[in-house]
Order: sequence, then C-alpha cells, then structure tokens
Amino acid sequence: MKPEAVYFYGTCVVDLFFPEAGLAGIELLRREGVRVIFPSGQTCCAQPAFNCGYHEEARAVARGQMALFPKPLPVVVPSGSCAGMMKHHYPDLFEGTPEHAPAVAFAARVHELTKFLVDVLGARLTDRGGPEKVTWHSSCHGMREMGLEAEPKALLSQLSNVTVVPLKRERECCGFGGTFSVRYPDISAAMVADKIADVAATSASTVLSADAACLLNIGGALEKTGAEVRPMHLAEFLWERTRER
Amino acid sequence: MSADGATPSAPDFHAASSKALLDAPLRANFRRAMDGLMAKRAAQFPDPAEWLALRAQAASIRARSLAKLPELLETLEKKCVANGLKVHWAETTDEANAIVLGILRGHGATRLVKGKSMVSEEMHLNDFLEENGVESLETDLGEYIIQLDHETPSHIIMPAIHKNKQQIARLFGQKIRDAVYTEDVDALTATARRVLRQKFLEAEAGLSGVNMAVAETGTLCLVENEGNGRMSTHVPPVHIAVMGLEKVVERLEDVPPLLTVLTRSATGQPISTYFNMITAPRGPGEKDGPREVHLVILDNGRSRIYSDPELQVTLRCIRCGACMNHCPVYTRIGGHAYEAIYPGPIGMILTPQTEGLRVRHELPHASSLCHACTEICPVEIPITRLLVRLRKEGAQPPAGSKVLDAGGGRSRLEDLAWAGWQAAHESPLLYRALGTALRLFGPLAPRGLPLLSAWTKSRTVPKRAKKTLHDLVREKGVPDA
Repeated sequence: MKPEAVYFYGTCVVDLFFPEAGLAGIELLRREGVRVIFPSGQTCCAQPAFNCGYHEEARAVARGQMALFPKPLPVVVPSGSCAGMMKHHYPDLFEGTPEHAPAVAFAARVHELTKFLVDVLGARLTDRGGPEKVTWHSSCHGMREMGLEAEPKALLSQLSNVTVVPLKRERECCGFGGTFSVRYPDISAAMVADKIADVAATSASTVLSADAACLLNIGGALEKTGAEVRPMHLAEFLWERTRER
Repeated sequence: MSADGATPSAPDFHAASSKALLDAPLRANFRRAMDGLMAKRAAQFPDPAEWLALRAQAASIRARSLAKLPELLETLEKKCVANGLKVHWAETTDEANAIVLGILRGHGATRLVKGKSMVSEEMHLNDFLEENGVESLETDLGEYIIQLDHETPSHIIMPAIHKNKQQIARLFGQKIRDAVYTEDVDALTATARRVLRQKFLEAEAGLSGVNMAVAETGTLCLVENEGNGRMSTHVPPVHIAVMGLEKVVERLEDVPPLLTVLTRSATGQPISTYFNMITAPRGPGEKDGPREVHLVILDNGRSRIYSDPELQVTLRCIRCGACMNHCPVYTRIGGHAYEAIYPGPIGMILTPQTEGLRVRHELPHASSLCHACTEICPVEIPITRLLVRLRKEGAQPPAGSKVLDAGGGRSRLEDLAWAGWQAAHESPLLYRALGTALRLFGPLAPRGLPLLSAWTKSRTVPKRAKKTLHDLVREKGVPDA
C-alpha cells in the first residue's frame, strides 16, 4: 500500500559526495505522490564503527539517528549498505538493551530506495534521454543483505533508450568494504582494478550502482587511470533521464 | 591500525598478502581455478529453491549435532568400541601426535601412508613423524605434490591448487626418480600412481581423516576421489583415523543430506568417486581390511569455541571450501598468505579463535564483508556476522568473553579515532561543521596522511560536493519533520 509520506535517510556518503543522488531519490519519491520528510539531524547510520567492532560508539550514534524518525512511516535509504545496517544490524546492536524492541520496530520500517520504488510504489518511468550504454554494479550489501537484484534492473529496463551491458563478474565485490580499503589497501586495490577493467570491457559510458560508497571506490579508481566512464548513482540517472524539463 | 605486542615470529598477513598480490602466476592459477569451481558448483544447484531447501536441511543436521555434541561423542565412543575400534581422546595436537606415534611404535611401523586429512595438518603430523623416524607419505595427489615441494596446502580441498601444470611437471622431473619432464596430465598422474602403489603395499600403517562420524552406528565416513583413501585405510594392517571432535553426526540418515551439499559445494560433483564407510576392523574369516582400527578425536581449541553460543556455529563447518572459492580476497592472494592451517573465510573465523586474538586479530579485518561466503555456505554459517563479532572481541570484548586472547587487537590510536568519530556523528551541528571544514580544508590535507595515502595509491581523492544533501534539501524546502 502506498504511504502518504516517507522519511528519507540520505546517508553520509551521499550527503558529502553524491548529494545530487540524494535529491534525485527524493524527487523520484515525490513524483509518485509521496510526501518526503528529511530530518535535519541525520548524520551516519553507524556502520563504520559497527563493522570495526566498536559497538559502544556505534550504539551511541545509532541511538540518536533512530530518534529522528518518531512517526510510524517508512524510512527510505538510497543505499543497500546503510539500509542493511539499519534493517539487519540495529537489532543486533541493541540486543540486551532497553532499546532492542524500538530498534526491531524501526528496522521493520527501513527500505532501500530502488526496491521501495518498484515493490511499494510501482514506479513507471518514461525515458526522455538520448541513447546511452551503461553498466550496472550490484553492491554486495544491496544484493546479499537487502535482497536487491531484480529491482534496479526492472527500473532500468523501463528506459527505452538505455542499453545495459552486464559486467562479467557482476556479483563480485568492488573492494571497498569501508575501512577494509585502507587497512588492506593492496588487496582492495587489486579488487577495484579488476572491477574497473570489467567496467572498461563493457565500453559503457556510465557505471551505475545503488550504493554511493562503491561509486566512490570505482569512480576514484577510474579517474586515477584517466578513464572516461562516469560513476553515477542509479537514482540520479533515473531522475535525470525521466524528469520533465 | 594494529595493536602492539605481536611477537616477531607472529604471522604478518599484511606483508604476506601484499607479496602474494605481486605473484602473477599465482594469481592467474587461483583466478582460473576458483572461476572453474564456482561454475561447477553453480551447475550443481540450478534451482535456487532446491538449494535453499538442501542447505536448510544440512544446516539443521549440523545444528542438531552440535546441540547434542557431548552426548553424541559418548555414544560414538561406545559404538566404536563395541565395533572393535580403539578410541583415543586428545586435547592438544601434541597429545594427538603422541597417540599416533605410540600406535605406530606398538607395531614397529616406520612407514605410514596417509589419506588427506586437515586435522593431521593441524597436528603438523608429517614433520613430527619424520623427526621420530617414521616416513609419513601423503597419497592424495595434491598433497603428494606439495609434500614433494615441502609446502603446506593452499586450499583445504585442493591443496596444490596454487600450482599449474608446468610447475608440477618441473617438480616431478626434479624430485621423482626416473620421471621425465612431461606436461601430459595423464602421464604425470601415472607417475604418481606408480610411486604410490608400491608405498601402499609396503606401509605398515595407514592414516586418514574423517568427514563425518555417525554416533548411532559408530561409522567413520570418508569422502575422496582417488581411491587413495580406501587404499590407505584398507591395505595396511593398521588404520588410524584422526578427527576433530565436531565431526560427529547423530544418525546414519544424517549422512546423505550432508554428503550431497558437501561434494556439490566443494568440487561441483553430485557425489565423490569414492565414499568409504568404515565401521570395524577385519572380522574373523574376512579376507581384507586392517586388523586394527584406531580413532583419535582431537579438541585443539574446539571446546573453547563450543562454549560460546554464537561462535559455536563455527563448528558446523563440513570443510567443503566453497567459502574460499567464492571469496574475492582469497581468490586474489591464495591460501598461503594466511599462514594458517585453514585459509579463506572459514579460516578467518576459525584461526583467531584457535590461535588467539593477540596474534591473529587482523585476520577478521581482511574481508570487505561482501557476504559471498555467507551466501554460499551449505550449512548456513553466518561467516560475515562472526567476522564482525571477532573484530569486536579484538577491540571491545564483552565482560566474561571466552575467546582466546580477547581484547588482543586493542589499539589506543584506533580507540581514539572511533571516539572522535562518535563525537562527530552524535552531534548534527558538529557533523555539519566538519563537513564544511572538509570542503574548505580537505584539499589542503597532506597527501602523506596514512589513511589518505592508502586510499590514493589506487584512487583519486574523494571530492566533497560544493553543497551537501543537507544544503540542497534546505534550499528545496523539503520538510524536516
């Protein structure tokens, strides 16, 4: 059932590095007739500290973030990774504390953006852009924590002028992994090198993902090699091609 | 970001993995092999619903086995003894080695043929026996290859997978008498077969691992493809089986569901070429089989793992190796870089628990947490979740933690960094102020900053957008509540 309003959780990576993707996500939701609320106290979902084992610090931040969403509305997140954190790991993080029950209730309201657009809003898109060849990077957490596989492709398939060339190793990690990328820079570099070679082999002009952190990694590696491929969040791509001008 | 206090002899995964990444033939060997294994496995589970049903069944069998572990081990011992086996318990690998040597000495045995066994790798049995005057010969082809080259397994199922055909051909040419250089795989196999056949006939004892031990019948199950397992356990007059104490299952009917996910996950085979079920030594009037069968049950840290309800799930593992085959890190660095008996994702949760977090606290961090291992595990071990749990045990162990050397990964610097991170993200005002500072001063940051230089070795510096999403939504008038 289509809700009257939703909360939007932008995520810190989108906020600082891909703000247009966040805004595009909000616009896509609004176009489906949904009122969007953006609580200004939002910072980070706390995944970096959680993944590194610093759960006290993660709890302190997560507690503050959960409090920003008091109404029983869906919380829509333009990232499979951050959505996965809030949906699957908040309950773990607060296990054995008085906040466990609220965390479970909150987690049930968390949705990844593209899945929400397809499954809940049944978004219909009309392509207004020129012919373009793109490729798709499925983020690990989107795929394996949020069950996101068919939905982004269902949205892309509605764009009549867009050709999606699949990566050879579509299901393989790009090597970001948060602090992994700086703790083990050599392994991470080997992974992202393979990923951008895979991207280059498609001869796509744009590499799309529904996770900004992967794009930060893949895009940074592409730029370092001087490749012309542009990294773009799926929300921004969809919005730019379908908005009425 | 590592804690101090690691002894100089401690494994250095950073250095070993970086070195492996520069070894082009090694990387090519692993990539090719892992691609092949992934494709073969995928072909064995064409129907996602069937796969989920099979893994749920296998997971529930292993979960039940662990839930009843103490009782099942007692039953297993009783049944084995009733069947005529001798059962030995070893808390440590030293004890297990002493037991094996004692049995061999009791028979005056100086030549042992071995089927593949990862528990014997835990024991470093070959080295121990050599030191004590016993020839301990690996008869699994992969194990035979690496033993010739004085190496350890780089994969738990395919121990010589780091070598290609040419490397093996050179090795055989150098190390085996009368062997000429050939890259013909059949000819190489025939050479190994010629050497090993003679050894099977001469050995006074054979040793094997155990894939599953059935409590209700006292049956030891052994999965193999080359027939060397059957030869090792049936030709010599004495058979010694070594097993980790977690390998017990309750009932005979538990075996087929586990076997089907094991062989399909491991090598993409619907069933292995050989499947041995060993229940008793040679009986009166029987014409073959060993006259004596011993079972050595090893703990080696497993009881400690068992004592933690969440980490206990580590012991569900049936050693299929699928987590390695699907791991983007393992695929790139291979097994030796881990400097551990069990490499790859399962090793990254097992090794820190058996060797302790003081020397192994960095291993659980050597993962991008991509969940490929968790997705593929045929007994539903939540490997990713346990990696995070062990990271926590390294940095912030809960009171009463039972993990070996809990807190062994503590670093003042990292504690401080996360305290700063918390402060910056608990306060929306501070968060936004720091975001502005990043835009203004970020470009001035010295490129030599450790974390930044780690990132920029292979990527450009992330550029903060002119306006944040916070700025944009404010301008657009998106409501705050």
